[in-house]
Amino acid sequence: MNNFKKSLTTFLSLFIILSVDAQEATNADIMRSNGKIYVVVAIIVTILTGLFLYVASIDRKLTRLEKEQIKK
Amino acid sequence: MIQKFWWKILAFFLLLYTCIYGFFVKVPRLDDRMKETIRNMFFHVPMWFGMMILLTVSLIYAIKFLKNPTLKNDAYSTAFAATGIIYGVLGLITGAIWANYQWGMPWSGDPKQNGAAIAILIYMAYFVLRGSMNDEDKKARISAVYNIFAFFMLFPTLWILPRLTESLHPGGQGSEGNPGINGKDMDMHMRSVFYPAVIGWTLLGVWITSLRFRYILLADQTNNA
Repeated sequence: MNNFKKSLTTFLSLFIILSVDAQEATNADIMRSNGKIYVVVAIIVTILTGLFLYVASIDRKLTRLEKEQIKK
Repeated sequence: MIQKFWWKILAFFLLLYTCIYGFFVKVPRLDDRMKETIRNMFFHVPMWFGMMILLTVSLIYAIKFLKNPTLKNDAYSTAFAATGIIYGVLGLITGAIWANYQWGMPWSGDPKQNGAAIAILIYMAYFVLRGSMNDEDKKARISAVYNIFAFFMLFPTLWILPRLTESLHPGGQGSEGNPGINGKDMDMHMRSVFYPAVIGWTLLGVWITSLRFRYILLADQTNNA
């Protein structure tokens, strides 16, 4: 759980840094080029990463329960 | 393979690749309506491929259960069917969204749409059937038999009937091949994203399925302890 929280916080802070960056940047930066499609890509990658982290955390919880079950 | 973790990481990177490169890969311009929506091939179509693979695995475990009735075979069969249906429902919804802009309305009674809806309803009855019985052995045996029946209804509704009539989906009338996709419309660039997408989405489905059957087996052990 601690590992999961840590990775989530790291991940979220990464996006705060990115968003601060975006406010300061001019119109010529990469996020605003190509019809701003990179914004959509960033959102989809965020959702995908979040979902995978969530599924992985459920996976870890199940593994722990299974190990406890074997010990009994 | 199911206990290892490398394929989960593989699933993540394949989907990461799909979700990034899928938006930048050069796609053919087929007509003025299709435009960029052809990129849905990387998201909508893999749902159906994934559903087909997951339901096939479900069928294999149903047959295995009838030969060797263990809780494990039943849990595998149910879990794969459940994820398969989720993929099918997502396929229908994403298809309806795409159809709204490509064919003018979300549901136009296209034979492929109707067939897919019927197939999913038949599979939903599988869970109604399971839920209606309390005797565990009977539940598992009857649902395994029903699973085989449901799978062989998938074939006419998805693969045969839509080919026999006019369909809005590419293909149709039997001559152009698969009524879901027209392989000729996909060039090499699209294929380089499409196949990884199919593998990635399917692996994600297998992962979610594995969580479900592990939960079923754990719950059984806890109840018996």
